[in-house]
Amino acid sequence: MSAGDKKMRVLIVDDEELARFVVRELVETHPEMEVVAECINGFEAVKAVAEHKPDLLFLDVQMPKLTGFDVLELIGTEIPVIFVTAYDEFAMKAFEVHAVDYLLKPVGKERFEAALERAKERIAAKIPVPAEILAAARQPGQFAERIVVRDGTRVTLIPCSKLDYAESQDDYVALASEGKKHLKQQTIASLEASLDPALFVRIHRSYLVNLERVVRIEPYGKDSRMAILATGARLPVSKTGYARLKALLDERG
Amino acid sequence: MAKETLPRKLPQIVFRILWLPMGGALFFLLNTVGGMKALDSAVVAWPLCLFGQFMLVAAKYSCKSSPIERTNPGRLLATHMIASQIIAVLWYSLARTIVYMVSFGPQLKGLDERFSGRGPIVYVAGTVSYLLAVAYYYVIFARENAMKAEARVLETTMLARDAELKALKAQLNPHFLFNSLNSISALTSIDPGRARDMCVLLGDFLRTTLRVGEHPVIPFSEELGLLERFLSIEKVRFGTRLRTEEAIEEEARMCLLPPLLLQPLIENAVARGIANLPEGGTVRIEARCSNGRMFITIENTFDPDALPRKGNGMGLRNVRERLEARYGKEASLRVTNDGEKFEATVTLPAETEVAR
Repeated sequence: MSAGDKKMRVLIVDDEELARFVVRELVETHPEMEVVAECINGFEAVKAVAEHKPDLLFLDVQMPKLTGFDVLELIGTEIPVIFVTAYDEFAMKAFEVHAVDYLLKPVGKERFEAALERAKERIAAKIPVPAEILAAARQPGQFAERIVVRDGTRVTLIPCSKLDYAESQDDYVALASEGKKHLKQQTIASLEASLDPALFVRIHRSYLVNLERVVRIEPYGKDSRMAILATGARLPVSKTGYARLKALLDERG
Repeated sequence: MAKETLPRKLPQIVFRILWLPMGGALFFLLNTVGGMKALDSAVVAWPLCLFGQFMLVAAKYSCKSSPIERTNPGRLLATHMIASQIIAVLWYSLARTIVYMVSFGPQLKGLDERFSGRGPIVYVAGTVSYLLAVAYYYVIFARENAMKAEARVLETTMLARDAELKALKAQLNPHFLFNSLNSISALTSIDPGRARDMCVLLGDFLRTTLRVGEHPVIPFSEELGLLERFLSIEKVRFGTRLRTEEAIEEEARMCLLPPLLLQPLIENAVARGIANLPEGGTVRIEARCSNGRMFITIENTFDPDALPRKGNGMGLRNVRERLEARYGKEASLRVTNDGEKFEATVTLPAETEVAR
């Protein structure tokens, strides 16, 4: 990403044609920028980001299937993003402080230029958005109802009710759902924080389990136990993990 | 509130001192008709009325169990005749007990003999007292009912007002406005003519919305016009993704309904249905009348995997509250979902003539 004579490559994502047009027209007033692609949904956006490696993303929030937040989570934090939304400012304030800017529809020239300036500064300074902060800001005070996973350019949506368990693997978590395992770049702690604690329990340093999948607990060796899931999977349960599990089960009665 | 406490408590206060005049009347009867001595009459009359009045409370329950406006006259008469005879017998027994207990006093010796033969007077007094109590309770109940009815009317109007206000607020959905303005802004350079058309459509829609809000009910044809305008505006935004269908019976067009009743439903259909489908979908409006009832259905395709959005159900609750406020149990909103199609059906009385 060398600065100077090279043009700044922009990707526009919005499911509404007219909304894309407004952004494109504003971008085109800048000769140093070029629109490399327009995407009409989140899946296309994830693909286009991998393909075109744009310098800047204009991203609509309310889109079918994958929202703008989902896309941001999937493409990581390398590329600066400017959200474009008709939603109220309050919902978007959280992102502003994390250096991801937003534009409100109808989009005006002045606000557009300001957001662009900030994005350029960020590109020059190469400030990445801390991933953990993004995950936390995604749905304040609300637990995720599904998990988005990207495998190359393929995107999978896993509803939380279909997640059996998650296993920590270095910087990744392996998500077991419907007989398959999906790898996602996320720590198990941040995944745990995004899920409903009444449903998902950390039974071990490396394991997070869906309570409704646990069939029984068996003793295993001295001091430790095994959780047997409905799928047949056997997961280790640590001492503290067992205490957590027991507390939750008692609560449920 | 303070104004209400006195009239509400008054009946109880009256009841508590009523035994004094009652005793006076009985004293008079025993003294003149019965020919008893003044002292003899007094020691029977007032204690009897003091204790006997508690028996009259029974009238409260017999009145409650046979409300005057909903019980047939024969039954009403029978109930109170039987009850009054029971009370009369009880009064008589009470009188005998009192006589028996006081007839040992120095001046009262032989009272039981002097009292014998005056039984019928006590008996009649008991009967009459009971019947007076019945009349009294019926008056009290009628008054309470009137007060309750008044409160209910007030509550209904307030609920209706509230619902109207909410409907108007929901009507001016800011996201709808912002998105429409963004579309217009795009059209100004692509196609200025269409931009102007869109401005006119939006202006028209807003003006009509404000105007119909002033009426308690409007013909369905007007409501339909608003829905169509709304869909035309959204079609500019969604392009070919938003498809619409209509099946309207001629008879239904004349029927009356509260204005903007269907607006939350059509907004849901677009925002929660079509907007979540990459390929778009269809919104269908159906209206028909049969057997004096009107049925309006708004149906849309939707993505079963879509996340439930914040504020889901707010619009539906608004529609339900408004129906309840105006029609009570006579109207309903039924929502069905077969995994692909979402259907909201409003059922209400098919009225065509109501003072507007």
